[in-house]
Amino acid sequence: MTASEAVTAVRSRTRRRMRRIEAPAVLGVMSREATIFGRYWRTTTFSAVVEPTIYLLAFGFGFGALVTSIGGLDYKQYVGTGIVATAVLFSSAFPGMYGTFIKYRFQRTYDAFLAAPVDVDEIVTAEMLWTGLRAGVYGNAPLLVAIAFGLTPRWTALLVPLICFLTGVGFVGFGVAVAATAKSIDNFNYIQSGVLTPLFLIAGTFFPVSSFPPAIRLLAQFNPLFHCVQLVRHAVLGLHPLADLGHLGALLLFAGLMWRLAIWRMRVRLID
Amino acid sequence: MAAANEGGATARPAISLRGVVKRFGPVTAVDGLDLEVPAGICLGLLGPNGAGKSTTMRMLTAQAIADEGEIEVLGFRLPQESKQARAECGVVPQLDNLDVELSCRQILTVFARLYRVPRDERPAAVARALRIANLSERADTRVDLLSGGMRRRLLIARGLVHQPRVVLLDEPTVGLDPQVRQELWSLIAALRAGGTTVLMSTHYIEEAERLADTVAVMAKGRVVARGRPTDLVREHAGEATHEVYGPPARLEALRAQGEEAGWTMRRSGPALAILHAERHDGALPEGFRRAATLEDAFVVLTGEETE
Repeated sequence: MTASEAVTAVRSRTRRRMRRIEAPAVLGVMSREATIFGRYWRTTTFSAVVEPTIYLLAFGFGFGALVTSIGGLDYKQYVGTGIVATAVLFSSAFPGMYGTFIKYRFQRTYDAFLAAPVDVDEIVTAEMLWTGLRAGVYGNAPLLVAIAFGLTPRWTALLVPLICFLTGVGFVGFGVAVAATAKSIDNFNYIQSGVLTPLFLIAGTFFPVSSFPPAIRLLAQFNPLFHCVQLVRHAVLGLHPLADLGHLGALLLFAGLMWRLAIWRMRVRLID
Repeated sequence: MAAANEGGATARPAISLRGVVKRFGPVTAVDGLDLEVPAGICLGLLGPNGAGKSTTMRMLTAQAIADEGEIEVLGFRLPQESKQARAECGVVPQLDNLDVELSCRQILTVFARLYRVPRDERPAAVARALRIANLSERADTRVDLLSGGMRRRLLIARGLVHQPRVVLLDEPTVGLDPQVRQELWSLIAALRAGGTTVLMSTHYIEEAERLADTVAVMAKGRVVARGRPTDLVREHAGEATHEVYGPPARLEALRAQGEEAGWTMRRSGPALAILHAERHDGALPEGFRRAATLEDAFVVLTGEETE
């Protein structure tokens, strides 16, 4: 095929009506992320693994000396499974917020994409999938540490990466929506202190949600991290099929809502 | 030229804007813009800062959506079919938005993918774009280690990696030193010679004069004049410009005299320039006569001095 024939072939392909979300655009944006990640994977992996591991060791062995079991579970097992959600939160919401803000505001990366045949929907989808994948991997780190310290998982623990991915996708979407809405990076402090910290604490990670007053117990039902913690704990220690379908549905709903919200906010931000 | 570029397939303009209006709150940035760019030419969109050039460029990639009017690029209606149009356009933005952590080759490979260049053709497409931008020897250098001129060339290479039919250049040489500007001008001239349609916004007169087949002068969100640079000069600034130097008070008095006599005048640095000097032979004070320039015509049309 000569060069001009190749160009004609490309044109005939693009002459077709292009869909709103196309795999080549999503994969292309993800390939940019993967190439950048090739440079930073060591530092990113270090913080994503070490931070929840320190939490695990501190709570598991520190607090675990005072509390031996919760709801019939050994406290180290309880925290070892619960802290997975923390790792997912750290490796999804924060990159979603800070990474996105830096890319659109300071690096103008999204402007470059939008000048190519890439739409906002595809940029947001790619960001959510890529960072969700990372969360799906990093979320397992504390579980592996817990296994090293004697936790014996059931085979259904193989579902944990999927649960982490799904939760991560939702929280990246949340982060992207926050980044697209925030006027400055300082505004993230409101979200960190006012939203993420309470979510993190009423997720049943370190202590059961049942120890809270009824109003907060009800609020926990709207906390995606709570559903993530429950699903992970059940996948590792024994499934509760009906309840777990409910948890799965909640995470799917969260991811879907955040996807639409992130696209909407980002479109408002990027398109004049 | 257009027929050669299009293989006679279509006589439709490459870019067409009709009655386009774009408002930002109370500010109307583009105000009833009509503009057609025939295939295969280089059209220079010349105007002062704030004339609406960048907004126009952003509307052509659907990064800004027009409030009124119709826009077509390569026969695709915008914004509905903007993605198809963008697949066949190359965009070189005014502001550098390169990923500084990546190498030239990595950036071009990502964009070849985004522009739907098939996988097995990507290495050749990237090599070609690197060659055009004279960056082959820097292919694996990280962007943050490139000079300003090289980064600009890489921006152009990124917009050409898929061999687009239309290239949009938004102030391609703004802020660059003269030598780098010359390099980029050669690159753009080669594009035009190759039959690619080029729409280039600029506020540098010399750039428009050197590169554009046709110039559209924009002011306050609309095109106020359009034509070949030489025709625009003749029509709006005449053949000769007479420059008078002197102390400010004298120039002020001369301006008052000129207004009474109906001269077309502009301040040109420390001088007062009287346009259409050939019409006033014998009536003008002592000064220097020079050929009228596009800058003279631009100032008459926009009411603004150039940089």
